[in-house]
Amino acid sequence: MSLSRIVITGVGLTAPNGNSLAEFRGNLLSGVARIARMEIRYMGPHLAGVCNFDPLRHQKRKEVRVGTRAGSIGIYCAREALADARLSTDSIRRDRTGIFVGITEHGNVETENEIYAISKFGYDTKFWSHYHNPRTVANNPAGEISLNIGTTGPAYTIGAACAAGNLGLIHATQMLRLGEVDLAICGGVSESIHTFGIFAGFKSQNALAHHEDPNRASRPFDKARNGIVISEGGALYTLERLEDAVRRGAKIYGEIAGYCVNSDASDYVLPNPGRQAECVREAVARSGLLPRDIHIINTHATATPMGDIQECEAIRAVFGEGCPDTHINNTKSFIGHAMGAAGALELAGNLPSFEDCVVHPTINVDDLDPACALPGLVLNQPRKAERVDAILNNSFGMLGINSTLIVRRFER
Amino acid sequence: MTKDEVKQVVLGIIADIAPDEDLSTLKPDVRLRDQMQLDSMDFLDIVMELRKRHGIEVPEKDYPQLATLDSCGDYLTPKFNALASKS
Repeated sequence: MSLSRIVITGVGLTAPNGNSLAEFRGNLLSGVARIARMEIRYMGPHLAGVCNFDPLRHQKRKEVRVGTRAGSIGIYCAREALADARLSTDSIRRDRTGIFVGITEHGNVETENEIYAISKFGYDTKFWSHYHNPRTVANNPAGEISLNIGTTGPAYTIGAACAAGNLGLIHATQMLRLGEVDLAICGGVSESIHTFGIFAGFKSQNALAHHEDPNRASRPFDKARNGIVISEGGALYTLERLEDAVRRGAKIYGEIAGYCVNSDASDYVLPNPGRQAECVREAVARSGLLPRDIHIINTHATATPMGDIQECEAIRAVFGEGCPDTHINNTKSFIGHAMGAAGALELAGNLPSFEDCVVHPTINVDDLDPACALPGLVLNQPRKAERVDAILNNSFGMLGINSTLIVRRFER
Repeated sequence: MTKDEVKQVVLGIIADIAPDEDLSTLKPDVRLRDQMQLDSMDFLDIVMELRKRHGIEVPEKDYPQLATLDSCGDYLTPKFNALASKS
């Protein structure tokens, strides 16, 4: 079966250290993390990646009041991606535009807020907001985007834990290839820092990072790593079939080369390096590439003691020692773990490498854990690569969902 | 409370739930929904905020009484005053 070639033509994002691809990339190359200390309800101050984009750039104040933070993040990213792709809401076919947004979870923030609100009224449920249902339906972030930009094609979320950002792009690729849509706005978003539950949950798992310097707390592969920094954020892309993008003279960031999604079927939270390796291997094979053709591996590693080692084990199994031009990095060391947005944001941080051939580093590695000492790790300082033709992006999630997405340099 | 004071209370609520609207030209005798972007969920907001901020209950059958600022004043003033006399 001949599959349409799918290309990335626009990027819109918000991360703790950047509200545009240029700002984000600049900070990744300059070693600038921006993790904050944030007051978490019932728990006090905790480390978090907080975005500072202006929601009113693309929303009315009433939309912000009625909608959700995930909706605002999604709208900001979608509008910025369209603008970056030089597409306007008037120029696109609204009924042929799909919105596919990866989420780790949705609704916890809004539910917690309502419970807190009615606690002020003796838990009398007549004070429960009539907005609770539209705010908490699982399709909320995608639906808010469609309301804001007025597209009438399919708009929904894809729940895939922390693999969700990749899943947004993968599903969009499939929908474009099926001819269901002509333009896809896709990626992932997260509002997770606004729910105490995720902080409390990771704390109970002993998986929440702590460090006196917030910007040093997220430290994948370092011996002293002690867990996850939770972040909010979003990255949405415009994806098009190659012929459509070429016809309108679009800038092409890269081409979807291959992907794989599989499941561990082994544990609720513990990763399975065997299944991860299968996922990576299958994605490489589907791309028609060999492991040595992958020039950047952006790892999922979240800085948990065991998770990082297991991903390294999976990478080692596929790439071994025979890939001298394969560079390995990690974006969470700058921005923390943006949950449903993680895969999409981390890919964005690496896409400019096709142009500048620079690999952004994994920062905060003072003492590399020997169990994570993969050849090709780019530590603390950016590295100039001889060439960057293919980027492999890993994103894994709870309940054993694994995703690998490969994007290659666009060549006619 | 006077009717004018009650109308100011309602205007304050409307200002919060419709922050993009210019309320300075609102005509007190014209239906609110005919003068501004106010959908059914916004309308429920007015009911909810009266409940939350002032302890005022508006049963569903009385929702039409909140159609204009004037009718809000007429309908709500006795409720505000009844509440004040209890406290």
